[in-house]
Amino acid sequence: MPLLRVSALHKYYGDNHVLKGVDLSIEEGEVVAIIGRSGSGKSTLLRTLNGLESISDGVIEVDGEYLDAARADLRALRQKVGMVFQQFNLFPHLTVGENVMLAPQVVKKAGKAEARYLAEQMLARVGLSDKVDAYPDRLSGGQQQRVAIARALAMSPKVLLCDEITSALDPELVNEVLSVVRQLAREGMTLIMVTHEMRFAREVGDKLVFMHQGKVHEVGHPREVFAAPQTAELANFIGAVAGG
Amino acid sequence: MDFTLWDIVRNLLTGLQWTLLLSLVAFVCGSAAGLLLLVARISEQPLLRGAARGYIELFQGTPLLMQLFMVFFGLALFGLDVSAWMAAAIALTLFSSAFLAEIWRGCVESIPRGQWEASGSLALTRFEQLRHVILPQALRIAVAPTVGFSVQVVKGTAVTSIIGFTELTKTGGMLANATFEPFLIYGLVAVGYFILCYPLSLSARYLERRLHAPA
Amino acid sequence: MAYQFDFAPVLAQGDLLFKGALFTLQLTLIGTVLGVAIGVVGAVTRAWRLRPFDALFGLYVELIRNTPFIVQLFFIFFGLPALGVRLTEWQAAVLAMVINLGAYSTEIIRAGIQAVPKGQLEAAAALAMSRFEAFRYVVLQPALAKVWPALSSQIVIVMLGSAVCSQIATEELSFAANFIQSRNFRAFETYLLTTLLYLLMAIVVRQLLAWIGQRLLMGRR
Repeated sequence: MPLLRVSALHKYYGDNHVLKGVDLSIEEGEVVAIIGRSGSGKSTLLRTLNGLESISDGVIEVDGEYLDAARADLRALRQKVGMVFQQFNLFPHLTVGENVMLAPQVVKKAGKAEARYLAEQMLARVGLSDKVDAYPDRLSGGQQQRVAIARALAMSPKVLLCDEITSALDPELVNEVLSVVRQLAREGMTLIMVTHEMRFAREVGDKLVFMHQGKVHEVGHPREVFAAPQTAELANFIGAVAGG
Repeated sequence: MDFTLWDIVRNLLTGLQWTLLLSLVAFVCGSAAGLLLLVARISEQPLLRGAARGYIELFQGTPLLMQLFMVFFGLALFGLDVSAWMAAAIALTLFSSAFLAEIWRGCVESIPRGQWEASGSLALTRFEQLRHVILPQALRIAVAPTVGFSVQVVKGTAVTSIIGFTELTKTGGMLANATFEPFLIYGLVAVGYFILCYPLSLSARYLERRLHAPA
Repeated sequence: MAYQFDFAPVLAQGDLLFKGALFTLQLTLIGTVLGVAIGVVGAVTRAWRLRPFDALFGLYVELIRNTPFIVQLFFIFFGLPALGVRLTEWQAAVLAMVINLGAYSTEIIRAGIQAVPKGQLEAAAALAMSRFEAFRYVVLQPALAKVWPALSSQIVIVMLGSAVCSQIATEELSFAANFIQSRNFRAFETYLLTTLLYLLMAIVVRQLLAWIGQRLLMGRR
């Protein structure tokens, strides 16, 4: 029984058919990297998984939560599916600690002391225990992204979605974020990442999903897929990324 | 005495004309005075700048009603017998000039420093810089908020009813007393102002949107 | 220029001016709290396009912003009794101020809400917050902080505008001034001092609002 299953997923923006029947199955503890050109539908796919984008047809199942075009208990789903964004999206009016505490308090009705304890633990996990009382604008981009990861972890999600989480970072800050993700993978967190970091995907990933023109074009273990792509499109893509 | 609806509307229309005339006078004279005030406000003379600042602060920090009273009773001290119309026109001009100068200062200050530096390096005097480089650019930005402020001028004229100038609100008050139909009369008075102000508000919004639209 | 200024008769009535000023501040306080509350509700309704209420708020905003405050006041005080709604002078004054500020703050706060980046709402949604929770905890404070200067200016404008409430005999500051000058015939001196008192109040209220904004909205302690 997979933790997450996507079947026959379609998504339209008006007349634009963005996802054309996506099927995907992800086991607990798997680290999945989704790659593809811009416009291939990879970010849209990721955003449907926690209901940030509605779906036009098909089914998404996550740990017993069931989502289709007609009905969705988004509140229940989103407690199981955390998300980290490219632009961090920390809440600027709250301290780092309050950013992490907010959802447990509001959504899970945790007490203040409990939430505070949780926040301290999560911030320790991402190596930012000393920043609890700082405001986000005092932090570097890498630190902000690590706070965003801690904020998502505080809801104890079953799956963590990462949407190009290093793309907005200066090159020298990328590694501190990747090493946090690497640590999460080692601890057995189920991760689904849209990423441009091919080396990282190959090193940490258990599964590589290549999206092309709104479909899953090729799936496999990263090392095998990179060594011997089965389709010309993927070979092209890998060549372009490596060459560029 | 019986008033037909037409009697009421006709009287209100007469009042509306005075409202319109006072608005125009205040806006035109206020703009002229506001321009002088603007030049003083951004001058390099600290004394001039300070005086302009104080003037603006005074007129933005006190009620229009008090400004009216000050003009009305102040001019009387000089032995001048001022009519309500004169006092209204003078007070509203002063009031408008302060707000317009402040609006325009914001527009002038939004012009990048480099424009001052570039024109200064071409040996233009400060006045020439303003006249040929800064104001033409600031004007473009200033149109929308200036039209927006004209709505405040029209609405401001209503306060002059208190010193007895027979514009729309005062006419309405007299009619309400004579007909005992304040609900209808003040409703119509409000409609009168709305007819004057709403097109101005719409144009201000349209101009604002056009300015911010990608070129 | 033989006129001799004489402020003594005005200063002798200083307690009346002081009481009037306090009353004006009271009206402003109530008007601000209720007006901004209406503004928040109206702003959300408009920003989220909650039909049909967004259109109603739109109409309300346009009606109020395009008519003079004094006409609104007269309509409420003299006109509404025709519908059986009879208000005391101070109730009418407060109602007019609340309605007036409510309309302006609806537009001001709406601009603030729309300036909050979309990513903030997505982050809140991804954390399983409802739309209302996201508004309450993520959107409201930054939105208010962003437009606080504009809102503060509008509050001062409404306070100064309340001077015309003397025309329905609300016993605020300009009413006190009218009363005093009718007794001592020192109109210029009376209105000069009253004007300066308003100026002082405007400056103090502006400072106070800036301080409140810093404390409550900017989050920095």
